[in-house]
Amino acid sequence: MRPDLSAMDTLPPSPGSTVAFEKTALDILIATLRQRGYTVVGPTVRDDAIVYDEIGGVTDLPIGYVDEQEAGTYRLRRWEKDTFFAYTVGPYAWKKFLYPPEERLWEVRRENGTLRFTEAPLPTEQYAFIGVRSCELAAIRIQDRIFTGGPYVDPRYQARRERLFILAVNCTRAGNTCFCASVGSGPQAEGPYDIALTELDEVFIAHVGSVLGGQILAEVPHRPATEEERAAAAERVQATARTMRRALDTTDLRDLLFNHQEHPHWEDVATRCLACTNCTLVCPTCFCFSVEDLTDLQGESAWRVRRWDSCFSQAFTYTAGRPARQSIASRYRQWLTHKLAGWVDQFGVLGCVGCGRCITWCPAQIDITEEVARLREQPPQTERSPS
Amino acid sequence: MMPTPPSPAAQPTGPTGNAWVPIPFTVVRRRREIPGTVTLWLAPPEGYPFAFRPGQFNMLYVFGVKEVPISISGDPGTPVPVAHTIRQVGMATQALVNLKPGDVVGVRGPFGSAWPLEHARGHDVVIVAGGIGLAPLRPAIYSLLRHRPQYGNVVLLYGARSPRELLYARELERWRGRFDMEVLVTVDRGDRTWHGHVGVVTTLFPQADVFFSPQNTIAFICGPEIMMRFTVRELLDRGVPPERIFVSLERNMHCGQGLCGHCQYGPFFICKDGPVFPYQKLATLFGIREI
Ligand SMILES: Cc1cc2nc3c(=O)[nH]c(=O)nc-3n(C[C@H](O)[C@H](O)[C@H](O)COP(=O)(O)OP(=O)(O)OC[C@H]3O[C@@H](n4cnc5c(N)ncnc54)[C@H](O)[C@@H]3O)c2cc1C
Ligand code: SF4
Ligand code: SF4
Ligand code: FES
Repeated sequence: MRPDLSAMDTLPPSPGSTVAFEKTALDILIATLRQRGYTVVGPTVRDDAIVYDEIGGVTDLPIGYVDEQEAGTYRLRRWEKDTFFAYTVGPYAWKKFLYPPEERLWEVRRENGTLRFTEAPLPTEQYAFIGVRSCELAAIRIQDRIFTGGPYVDPRYQARRERLFILAVNCTRAGNTCFCASVGSGPQAEGPYDIALTELDEVFIAHVGSVLGGQILAEVPHRPATEEERAAAAERVQATARTMRRALDTTDLRDLLFNHQEHPHWEDVATRCLACTNCTLVCPTCFCFSVEDLTDLQGESAWRVRRWDSCFSQAFTYTAGRPARQSIASRYRQWLTHKLAGWVDQFGVLGCVGCGRCITWCPAQIDITEEVARLREQPPQTERSPS
Repeated sequence: MMPTPPSPAAQPTGPTGNAWVPIPFTVVRRRREIPGTVTLWLAPPEGYPFAFRPGQFNMLYVFGVKEVPISISGDPGTPVPVAHTIRQVGMATQALVNLKPGDVVGVRGPFGSAWPLEHARGHDVVIVAGGIGLAPLRPAIYSLLRHRPQYGNVVLLYGARSPRELLYARELERWRGRFDMEVLVTVDRGDRTWHGHVGVVTTLFPQADVFFSPQNTIAFICGPEIMMRFTVRELLDRGVPPERIFVSLERNMHCGQGLCGHCQYGPFFICKDGPVFPYQKLATLFGIREI
């Protein structure tokens, strides 16, 4: 059956509905977003990896590329199909846009014998993210809780987040380091998104997630998706889950970590971990930062910046003259325990969405799923779970 | 049996929402307490409301240097000008102790949980402090003394490294002179002028035992981590219930708001869930090295 794309609905598709459009028409969708003032960001190829950067249209997308990922390995290659989204996640998560690696928070001037503090202007960027995977949506939901869900709200994250447009993509191919299915964050995208696409051979199947998503889709030649197309889309996503090779067993994970705090296994990891901080930089949920206060040469004004930081750095915990976590064993333990145990207490969810980045980008090939499996094999030495 | 107290963080005092931008406070008074330690009194801009609960801290920013967490050491009954007692250990604390009246600092806060004075009513109160750890406890002492009839016996055990390093010496004398408070002081190392007790603060317990009944005691502890560990052990050994032992923890802090991650201790953010914790919450973490 040839899809008939001329039979356009006149009303914008409403949230909850599913439509089909020809793949090249994604270009119109991107153009529509740009016309509406969005900075459109999506996957593109740079330095032999897929990164998220500003894109002008579909020609900037990595069409026909797939990635091969393994612990400590990332390779990009072309394959015989003209797929738009057959690769999985690259090294950089979307957090670099919502929560940039470095930004100014305020400035202060000496004035008439006092100090005048001025908050840095709130960001005005209006981003549209193209191709957000379900694990990454889960990560955005988590960072929403961190930065906007507590008594203290980060106004800069909030300003960017409120204006964000999300075009999600359901994964139709699992990467070798992916394990979203086992931690309940994929491969089927859950909200919040404006549109979620599933790529079929000829068309995109688009699920409308918001009124705005429907309005944008109204500008793109489309028609209702057929029953068969919807079934085919669902089957592709299910197949992705079935073929996922890695898994993280989450049974009693919090207590497993807390009950193994003094286990010798951490020393074993420490012989391999270089404390390079790669894992925390690539992780889409890691949120730690440091602030630094800088001064101009005249000493008249100063400003505060915050920068991503990592629990793997020794300076991170300087207290009373020495680092609270001196050994690499204690720092790896902190990272894993925070992700998989403390996070649950703090934010009500796991801190890991199974994107696999920390596995792929670890120069020592340390694998979070493997380390948890090793811990499971070993009896706890104490009952340590804080209640 | 007392019910388990709710998390002290349940009743916040201080900013919420966007708490990033400091407020300029002016140094109105400075007193050198002991070598290297100074108390500053900071006045907020006119009309700026400032109140705090004993045990809370502010983030203090010195122009061009950096920002550090410092406990509030004054009387919550007269919250402004706000008092901070600062021991010089590095760059920021050195800049702070060198400030003069008229200088201006950036203040964010107050942040954190408080000593649970509301749960102390009707109990003997044992306060154990080491070194500069007396500073965050002093507001609690002021509160206890202001509402003295509400509490049982009040006992302060204080230890410093040497007689020269005893903080608030004149106030200690005044408190010692009261009939409704016991003050026991020790130093790690004495000198020729010192006729008092010598030894770490836990060696005061045999003397202190007659002044409190463990089953009916609430304890507040602040000092170096090792001192707090040994003190908790002494109190538990005597039968003070773990849910009525409170400690104040210290970690590197960059935000005070549970956002930067620096101050984590097990599942807790010390800045937001602490710094004051019931020992019961920490029991499984307290002895772990490099937690
Ligand atoms: C909740 C809370 C309340 C507090 N209340 C008080 C209080 O009431 N009064 C008070 O005096 N303090 C208090 N502190 C402690 C105070 O915050 C620290 O002393 C202060 O942050 C130190 O900052 P600094 O810049 O002066 O020292 P830093 O420059 O940070 O140095 C502190 C010490 O660490 C060493 N150091 C720092 N960086 C390094 C490095 N890279 N390598 C090796 N060594 C290093 C320094 O030599 C020095 O001995 C509190 C802390 C917390 C968390
Ligand atoms: S686990 Fe790997 S990526 Fe993370 S700090 Fe250690 S060596 Fe680096
Ligand atoms: S911990 Fe690793 S697998 Fe989990 S979300 Fe972070 S980078 Fe992805
Ligand atoms: S100081 Fe930033 S999280 Fe506690």
